[in-house]
Amino acid sequence: MPTVVTNEDHPMENAPEAEANVGTNVEDDYIDLNDQRIRVLPGASETAASFEFESEDHTLGNALRYMIMKNPQVELCGYSIPHPSEAKMNIRIQTYEGTTVYDVLEKGFEDLMSLCDIVTDKFTAERDKFNAKQKA
Amino acid sequence: MAPEPISPEEARRRKIVGVNAETVTNVTSTDFPGHYPGEDHTWSLEKFTENFSVQYHKNAPHDAVFSLIGLDASIANAFRRILIAEIPTLAIEQVFVHNNTSIVHDEVLAARLGLVPLTANRSGLNWLKYRRRIPNDDIGDAREEEQKGEGATDTNTVVLKLQIECKWAEGIKEGETDPNKLYVNSNVYAKHLVFEPQGSQSKHFPEPDGIVRPVNPDILLAKLRPGQVIDLEMFAVKGIGADHAKFSPVAPATYRLLPTIDIVSPILGNDAKKFARCFPKGVIGLEYVTEEESDVMGGELEGKAGEEKAVVRNTFKDTVSRECLRHDEFKGKVKLGRVRDHFIFSVESTGQFESDRLFLESVAILKMKCVRLKRSLANIMK
Repeated sequence: MPTVVTNEDHPMENAPEAEANVGTNVEDDYIDLNDQRIRVLPGASETAASFEFESEDHTLGNALRYMIMKNPQVELCGYSIPHPSEAKMNIRIQTYEGTTVYDVLEKGFEDLMSLCDIVTDKFTAERDKFNAKQKA
Repeated sequence: MAPEPISPEEARRRKIVGVNAETVTNVTSTDFPGHYPGEDHTWSLEKFTENFSVQYHKNAPHDAVFSLIGLDASIANAFRRILIAEIPTLAIEQVFVHNNTSIVHDEVLAARLGLVPLTANRSGLNWLKYRRRIPNDDIGDAREEEQKGEGATDTNTVVLKLQIECKWAEGIKEGETDPNKLYVNSNVYAKHLVFEPQGSQSKHFPEPDGIVRPVNPDILLAKLRPGQVIDLEMFAVKGIGADHAKFSPVAPATYRLLPTIDIVSPILGNDAKKFARCFPKGVIGLEYVTEEESDVMGGELEGKAGEEKAVVRNTFKDTVSRECLRHDEFKGKVKLGRVRDHFIFSVESTGQFESDRLFLESVAILKMKCVRLKRSLANIMK
């Protein structure tokens, strides 16, 4: 038995009391736009890290996970919601050498945004075509 | 490493989610780099643009049906979830009861009022802001404040009034029993809600078409009898479906995958008729076996000219009930499935916004999430 045991466990903090508006703070204007909503969890390295997203859920979690997994430099990407009554979502990213988790995550956002643009363009075009045809 | 071309059979196998009598097969997406050796599945905007397409089937204000083809389920599901829970709408949040002598309890009536879908001038709705959120640390004081309606201004709160009293009607005939003739205002409908413009609201919600009003004027809110009074003041605010279902702009937004039916070997004669009856009308058609088909030596249809055979007409109408898999005569002759990346969306708006706008809004919100979080990420990278 080693005489000195370093405690690597992090004590779990209690949630603040009277959290009357859990779940309502997802909204854009409800939260300050300057709020820092991403946090890197302890134990991160350049190529392997877990990010904690505040006020996010499966909506962004799964979509972002898919986009990040599409990146060939990514070894692993997964997301989880550690507890259902905490509005928090964790994303785990592990990459191969030659890139960092931050770049990969940033690319994930960018790819998802460009996808949204294409969906909007094609949807609008097709809807207008359909409406014109209905009128005719 | 150049990606090797895959065979059309393999491409189809990957595209179809199998539906068996008791099980499903090939469910998980596999279009990731490294999943198939030698193949390139890297995200490419060009490839996505090329493969992605939209088909419109119906575009009514309260009901839009369209297909998104060439998307992954995770993305389609994000749109659906945003439609239900994250598009802001206006709904009644606070009810101040001045008088209520009806048999409907205050809290029950308030809950009913909250669920009434409201609508108004679109630019006015967009102009409306959220009521400032209460900071976590002084929630005690803020709760009280909120109950008094403080923090409400003309830019974030819409005031509605409901003042109605039931009376005996005049000149009733002896022995009359019809409540509609006996009483005045015995039914309280959504149309009795009156919009009271505050401050600059009359400019943003102009009379008569732009005012805040219920989508459906004929929603029954309460019933009254002579002498009973309802006198309420209501505050409507913007909120999202994640907070309360009354804020959800859709009822509901769903998607399903396009069904496929593969008739592996021919189904003929009476079996064909029975087969067609296993599906909704229009999914399976009957055709006569032609001379050419029948002349193929050793073919499955050899010598069957003139007989009826089942053909797949329109799988869009299919419900994938799997009824045909329950009958022994079709065993091994048919394969059911769904197209993995063909999402048939059905968006039914509650009326505050048009259904197609709602979908575009959901895409915009997903993008906005990314923009904001990317900014957050930039902060930790610094």
